[in-house]
Amino acid sequence: MTDIIQKVKNLSIGFRSKKGEEILILKNITTNIKKGETVGIVGESGSGKSTLALAMMGYVKHGLYTIGGECQFNSSNLLKMKSKDLEKIRGRKIAMIPQNAGQALTPNLKIGYQIDEALQLHSDLDEREREKKISELLNKVRLPSPETIALRYPHELSGGQQQRVAVAMALAGTPDLLLLDEPTTGLDVTTQAHVLELLNFIAKDTGTSMVYVSHDLGAIAQVSDRIIVMYSGEIVLEGPSRDILKKPIHPYTHGLLKSIPKLSLAGLPESMPGSQPQPGIIKGGCSFFDRCNFSDDNCKNNSPKLEFLKDLNTSVRCFNYEQLVNENEVSQTVNKIKNKSLDKEILNLSEVSISYAKQKLLDQIFNRISDENPTVKDINIDIKKGETIALVGESGSGKSTILKSIAGLLRTKDGLIKFDGSRNLSSDLKERDPNDLRIIQLIFQNPDESLNPNHTVEEIIAQPLKLYFGLKGEKLKKNIIDLLQKVRLGEFYMSRYPRQLSGGEKQRVAVARAFAAKPDIILCDEVTSALDVSVQAAVLNLLQQLKEDFGTTYIFVSHDLAVVRAISDRVAVLYQGRLCEVGPSNDVYKFPSHPYTEVLLGAVLEPDPDIKPKLVAEDIVEERPPEKGCSFQGRCSRIVGDICKKEIPPWQLTDSGNAIRCHIPIKELQKQQF
Amino acid sequence: MKVDNIYKEEKKSAFAKLSEIIITMASRPSGLIGLSILVFHIILAFTSPYIAPHDFKAIDPTLMLQAPSAEYWFGTDDLGRDVFTRTILGGRTALTITFFGSLIALLWGGLLGIFCGLVGGKIDDVVMRIVDAFLSIPWILAMLLIVSLLGTSTEVLIPALGFFYGKGIVRVARAATHDVIAKDFIVSARARGHSNFSIIWNEIIPNVRDAILVEGAMRWSWMLLGFSSLSFLGFGVSPPTPDWGLMISNARGLMSFAYWAVIAPIVGLSSLIIGINLTADAFAKALGIDRSTKAPV
Amino acid sequence: MLFLIIKRILLGFITLFIVSIITFVGTEVLPGDACTTYLERQAFGEQLEACYRRLGLNVPAYERYVSWALNAIQGDFGYSLSGEMPIKDVLGPRIKNSLVLASAAIFIGIPIALILGIITALWRDKLPDVAISTVTIFAMTIPEFISATLLILIIAIWLEWLPGIVIVPTDVSFLELLPNIILPVVAIAMIMTAHMARMVRSSVIQVMASEYVQMAILKGVPYWKMVFKHVLPNALLPAINVVALTIAWLLGGVVVTEVVFNYPGLGRLVIESISNRDLPTVQALAIILASIYVSINLLADLLTLMLNPRLKTLQIRK
Ligand SMILES: Nc1ncnc2c1ncn2[C@@H]1O[C@H](COP(=O)(O)OP(=O)(O)O)[C@@H](O)[C@H]1O
Ligand code: SF4
Ligand code: SF4
Ligand SMILES: [Mg+2]
Repeated sequence: MTDIIQKVKNLSIGFRSKKGEEILILKNITTNIKKGETVGIVGESGSGKSTLALAMMGYVKHGLYTIGGECQFNSSNLLKMKSKDLEKIRGRKIAMIPQNAGQALTPNLKIGYQIDEALQLHSDLDEREREKKISELLNKVRLPSPETIALRYPHELSGGQQQRVAVAMALAGTPDLLLLDEPTTGLDVTTQAHVLELLNFIAKDTGTSMVYVSHDLGAIAQVSDRIIVMYSGEIVLEGPSRDILKKPIHPYTHGLLKSIPKLSLAGLPESMPGSQPQPGIIKGGCSFFDRCNFSDDNCKNNSPKLEFLKDLNTSVRCFNYEQLVNENEVSQTVNKIKNKSLDKEILNLSEVSISYAKQKLLDQIFNRISDENPTVKDINIDIKKGETIALVGESGSGKSTILKSIAGLLRTKDGLIKFDGSRNLSSDLKERDPNDLRIIQLIFQNPDESLNPNHTVEEIIAQPLKLYFGLKGEKLKKNIIDLLQKVRLGEFYMSRYPRQLSGGEKQRVAVARAFAAKPDIILCDEVTSALDVSVQAAVLNLLQQLKEDFGTTYIFVSHDLAVVRAISDRVAVLYQGRLCEVGPSNDVYKFPSHPYTEVLLGAVLEPDPDIKPKLVAEDIVEERPPEKGCSFQGRCSRIVGDICKKEIPPWQLTDSGNAIRCHIPIKELQKQQF
Repeated sequence: MKVDNIYKEEKKSAFAKLSEIIITMASRPSGLIGLSILVFHIILAFTSPYIAPHDFKAIDPTLMLQAPSAEYWFGTDDLGRDVFTRTILGGRTALTITFFGSLIALLWGGLLGIFCGLVGGKIDDVVMRIVDAFLSIPWILAMLLIVSLLGTSTEVLIPALGFFYGKGIVRVARAATHDVIAKDFIVSARARGHSNFSIIWNEIIPNVRDAILVEGAMRWSWMLLGFSSLSFLGFGVSPPTPDWGLMISNARGLMSFAYWAVIAPIVGLSSLIIGINLTADAFAKALGIDRSTKAPV
Repeated sequence: MLFLIIKRILLGFITLFIVSIITFVGTEVLPGDACTTYLERQAFGEQLEACYRRLGLNVPAYERYVSWALNAIQGDFGYSLSGEMPIKDVLGPRIKNSLVLASAAIFIGIPIALILGIITALWRDKLPDVAISTVTIFAMTIPEFISATLLILIIAIWLEWLPGIVIVPTDVSFLELLPNIILPVVAIAMIMTAHMARMVRSSVIQVMASEYVQMAILKGVPYWKMVFKHVLPNALLPAINVVALTIAWLLGGVVVTEVVFNYPGLGRLVIESISNRDLPTVQALAIILASIYVSINLLADLLTLMLNPRLKTLQIRK
């Protein structure tokens, strides 16, 4: 019994709604954290995982309160403890690594001070020893030159560095239990893989128990021994990591794993209907009922209990789990995408360069842009009618910048954008005629921002219909209803405001608005990134269906290589605004690859304990592209010397027609990468 | 599964929205108090000429400085006029002038702010410099100057106050517009090719409206404060029209004998300003805007 | 950094420049000029000519502006119409007296506002907050002339603790002035203090809800250490600018309060010169008051610039 470090017993936490109802966010949670183990808590946003993690430190957010149950640490209930006693446990026995270190580090205090503060509180070291210890800790989290980092302010570090500082701060108190709340969410793919690797190392090195909270099954798979799956404030499944990921016996987890796009599989995964209900909506029955493929009448009226299955060492909350026990490993079926892409080219970008540099007065007068080293440079892509071409790269690689210029929102410095092989599109909106504006439509990442909160769904979708086709009255209404049906939303959504819709529903409205213009090309900017995992696949499937119906061309921007793999015909890889590799997605995802593509592919976190990320390059953040030579020279592990620094690499074609821009000959790359 | 759909909130008419806001405001004690005071004063302003027991300008030397009595509830002033009559009439001018003044402030300040926020660049820089310059001239000096040169008629006071209290709104409206135009739904509208007018009208105004309205409500109480200060200094309403500021100023010298003549208008004016302020506060809270971070500019 | 400071100072001067133009044009455009308004019915013939010549109004407007501005920079505002005294001699002692009043109000008001704001924020929605917040909303709304009148009525007339009217010569020493200014200072400080307390409160509440404060709690930082190290520096920084803006409001309050207490400061001069239609003095007053306002805001900006680590590192990197 002594090997249990934290015991959560019948914990319920909730808040009081405006109408005075008690609404539960955590419902009767019971679980134990053992010494030395890493437990992953996975769930979609709003499933209550952060609330649970915070409760494990005896912290309940303003506005929430404990309804019942306890969190026991060393057999005392943290939720009933006085703040004086909690101060002695927090940071010393249990430490937290927050989601967004950038916001969790106090802006006016230097990094060194913030770590020192933890040391002062939780160790008996004197000043000299503490100074040494700070360096040690910063070294341990692999920050370069600890002495200078200690003197910096939080905002002077990159996201990855800030996260490492947060880890160092948590380690300062040598805690027995580390709670990590989405510690890698919001970081770039490559940085994410590096931080995870660091965390794994620390778990082994210090033997601390960890509770790792995330919405990302890929990240959870890399670190945890045991996984707890949460849905709508309840634990629905809990068991050994491998079993949960390979043979989940709860319908939610089962469906979720099936709906996550994988690197190894081209094509769209099956989608799960609906979305997680808001707290307080469900009054009885299983909370997964309306999305479940295994449900029956029993589930509608009775709530299943969490049942411990001894032989599987797993707890599950489902009446019909047996149907899944005998099933084999989750076998993913995908709908292969079949795009009728024609040979006809619809959009040509040639020699496009874009600069954000502030222009000098003289240049302003002559209405020209001068910048020797523009953010985006030399983009040559020919896009065929009906295809889906993806632009991938880390944040800051210029993906959205290119989309903006295509949409006419950002002037290009040089280059031409041609529509239909002949017509020049100005990169300045004012010079485009209404038809040019209609043929290209945008869908944005975050539907909260892209839908006017003061307009109803009807008004939102009506805008392009009125603007481009001058529709009015009944005809307008009929068109709106049609469009809503196409995105699988009922007519009654017309009078709703965006705030009354779930994330997936909002994104559907945004899709409907884009299609309302009957465009030829739709620019999709990270359209699934802000959505919950279980909703992502549904939106991807919807986009695919619509394009098959309308023959639209998509330019699809994403940082998620698995999503890109699922939906695109062709992929263009960007680093620092320069193209690295362009080709059919099948080939881009196969070696030989450009060294940067290799890094990206290696960093992908798959929800599979057997597939580990490969860390090829350092996760340095580069602020601007290099003046000359290869754009990737700063981080390339295969760099071949001066030539990479001086000369822009040539395009080389692989056998399958994949173009790679590198000084290393294709044959040589192939050898190195196998 | 039984589902209680809390999202079933349909599009509402402007009237329904307004009444909902008022209900939210009244659901807090401070909001309820503020609203009641304000409504009381508005009703009083409309009805006082008919319910006033005495003639507000009837001078009677035999009745000078009488203490409150059954006939003269609040006593009489140094000219023997009924203080109660003058007190219930004393808010009418101030209330009307400041109400229309804030309306003007709201309009020009809001529109100029939205315009500056939208166009940005050089025009914005220049306008904001000028607004800053106006902000740095103390209100009392500017108002006194205008009034002393142009007179104290309503036609002068309303636009003058409106102009002077609108400059602070320019800043707020501009900042709110700045926040909104960075949002993707504006980018989306621009990419579709909507006209500037359509973008301002459909996309920006609905989203900055609340912030500007709250500013306007705040201005109202400040303007009332400023206007009554003017009256007090003898630059507002001209005698014998009853006005609280003026009454306080007149009765002040004799307050060691006749405190009632000064207390009555003080209660009248203070309650109105507090009423407007509490209402503005509750209004801001009902719209979810924190007005306490703003300086009274 | 240096660049930012210089830029900020330049902006201050530009603002003052625009203020000078506004006041100049303002007095120009409005019907009548200094002489006609001053002389009223006698504004014709010989007398008017003489007045024009005396004030130099017979040359083109822009020339007058330039010479006026050039002199004003050197502290020479010309002659007042009524007293025939150089304006700067009239202004000198009164500025001093008004500054005494205003700075006393500021130095008393700011600490009180800070303490009240912090208390109300830390005990948010508890009794101290509800009580203090109720008082501040009253204090914030009552015009100075009312609070001043009430103070005189209660403290000076009924209780007879302090003098109600300041009857001292303009050039009195500070110690003699002291008992006389207590009531005016209280009247002036009230509105400003209440405003600032509310701003500090909401700023502190905002920071208390931030992720880094939550993190500090989870790190085990004791409550008061957290308040002083993690909360206050971040909460008070943005409040500095807003406090500076409140001071503009205070300047108006000073004028009114001085009239109520019969205090020999700028306030009474404002009223007198406006009643006498003494436009040159009004112009001078406008510029002086605006300069005070602009310098206080400049100071506030520079202070924020210096205290904000974000801006501090901006130029190190450059
Ligand atoms: N202070 C609060 N008041 C009311 N609801 C809250 C509060 N904090 C969180 N919630 C709600 O609690 C639910 C769970 O939140 P959280 O634990 O953060 O979930 P997760 O970490 O899984 O995204 C969400 O629906 C969220 O809206
Ligand atoms: S209890 Fe029923 S509805 Fe719930 S997950 Fe199991 S099968 Fe599905
Ligand atoms: S050209 Fe050189 S630096 Fe660039 S990717 Fe190839 S090897 Fe690396
Ligand atoms: Mg969370």
